[in-house]
Amino acid sequence: MIEQYLPIFLTLTAAVLFGFVMVKLNEWLGPKRPDPEKLSTYESGMEPVRTARERFSVKFYMVAVLFIIFDIEVVFMYPWAVSFHDLGPIGFFSMMTFILILLVGYFYVWRKGALQWD
Amino acid sequence: MFETAIIAGAKIVLTLITLLTLVVLTVYTERRVSAFVQDRVGPNRVGPKGLLQAVADVVKLLMKEDIVPKNANKPIHDLAPMISIGVAMSTFAVIPIGSTMTLFGRQIDMMIADVNIGILYILALTSMGVYGITLAGWSSNNKYSLLGGLRSSAQLISYELSMGVSIIGVLLISGSLELDEIVGKQAATLWGGIPAWNVFLQPVAFVTFVVAAFAETNRLPFDLPEAEPELVGGYHTEYSGLKFGLFMLSEYVNMIVASAIIVTLFLGGYAFPWGEQFGLSGNSLAVAEVLTFCVKTGLVMFFIIMIRWTLPRFRYDQLMRLGWKVMLPIALANLVVTASILALMNWA
Repeated sequence: MIEQYLPIFLTLTAAVLFGFVMVKLNEWLGPKRPDPEKLSTYESGMEPVRTARERFSVKFYMVAVLFIIFDIEVVFMYPWAVSFHDLGPIGFFSMMTFILILLVGYFYVWRKGALQWD
Repeated sequence: MFETAIIAGAKIVLTLITLLTLVVLTVYTERRVSAFVQDRVGPNRVGPKGLLQAVADVVKLLMKEDIVPKNANKPIHDLAPMISIGVAMSTFAVIPIGSTMTLFGRQIDMMIADVNIGILYILALTSMGVYGITLAGWSSNNKYSLLGGLRSSAQLISYELSMGVSIIGVLLISGSLELDEIVGKQAATLWGGIPAWNVFLQPVAFVTFVVAAFAETNRLPFDLPEAEPELVGGYHTEYSGLKFGLFMLSEYVNMIVASAIIVTLFLGGYAFPWGEQFGLSGNSLAVAEVLTFCVKTGLVMFFIIMIRWTLPRFRYDQLMRLGWKVMLPIALANLVVTASILALMNWA
């Protein structure tokens, strides 16, 4: 079991290490000539006003919340789809009911205008 | 354990080198094709016919100053490109590029990790990719970067849903999360000699998956996160040197990986149908399989590049509408129809 996942662990390590080495190599090889103008953030040539980390549109939160709800429901479908043939008609009808409930929520969200982006 | 680690290590090194070489070739192809489409010459100075242009670009970026803005968050600013490239490159670990090869008296699987949850691994890593972009946008402390990062994360998670749902159609047919088995199921033929590729069995899922893959890889017409006219450079506005290069690199690696996944899930994967007719077996069959896989992946990648120069960019509200109000219902409907047909075939 562990042996099966060892290659994945090694791949992740190697890939992130590659990124790390590249970033550090660049830091080491590149010239360092900082000046205040260069180190300020870009704002179309103007002096940067305040910080960027302020309030932003609530719609991004809506998308995130809806994603979490729907994604959890989709994750339920994976094991169902894999064992579809073993579960028989009962499995089929229970998942159809589940999707029906999901659709009710989906159309509620739609009618409430949460998917509207303007 | 030790032996597994050594074999895996060799495969990983080989895969990473191949991926990097492929990125160089893809960048070159993309620039030449775009030049051809726009009636220009394109890069043709570095190396034969300009083939080494991308290598020169990387070396140049490596020698450039690494600028971190004064009020940026330095550790996270460094971390973001590492996450991006790490996630992009490790997704390839579960994709089979051939069945097995016998080397030095050992059966060697032509994939890095033969796990039975391949698809879940891919989905998990795709979700991780969002972190790279969001953190890059947030840590820069630049308004354009933050907006680009936010837009990008909203886009990625929206299309991940339809991507996930369209994969379920494939799972229903193949009954396995293992990519090797999904390819094996597609090696059969349907009535009249059509290969049993999932693109024929699941055409709707194929379309939704390809569209979602475009969105997930930030390719045109979905490259809103870096829409130059409105957001300067999007989430990587404040990146310079090779950190910027790593974002570019991961974008192209993502494109290669997405093409490979499309081929594996829908276009028959590495399966080489005429092995017996040509009298191939063992290692020669494995080579034929790898070549089949490469040709298919190359064609999908060429398609992705051509789309970039064919379609204009979406507006952001159109993008979100397409994702939530068109793609998701279509993918769900496809799932219900597929399950119903399978149920009728099995129990009626």
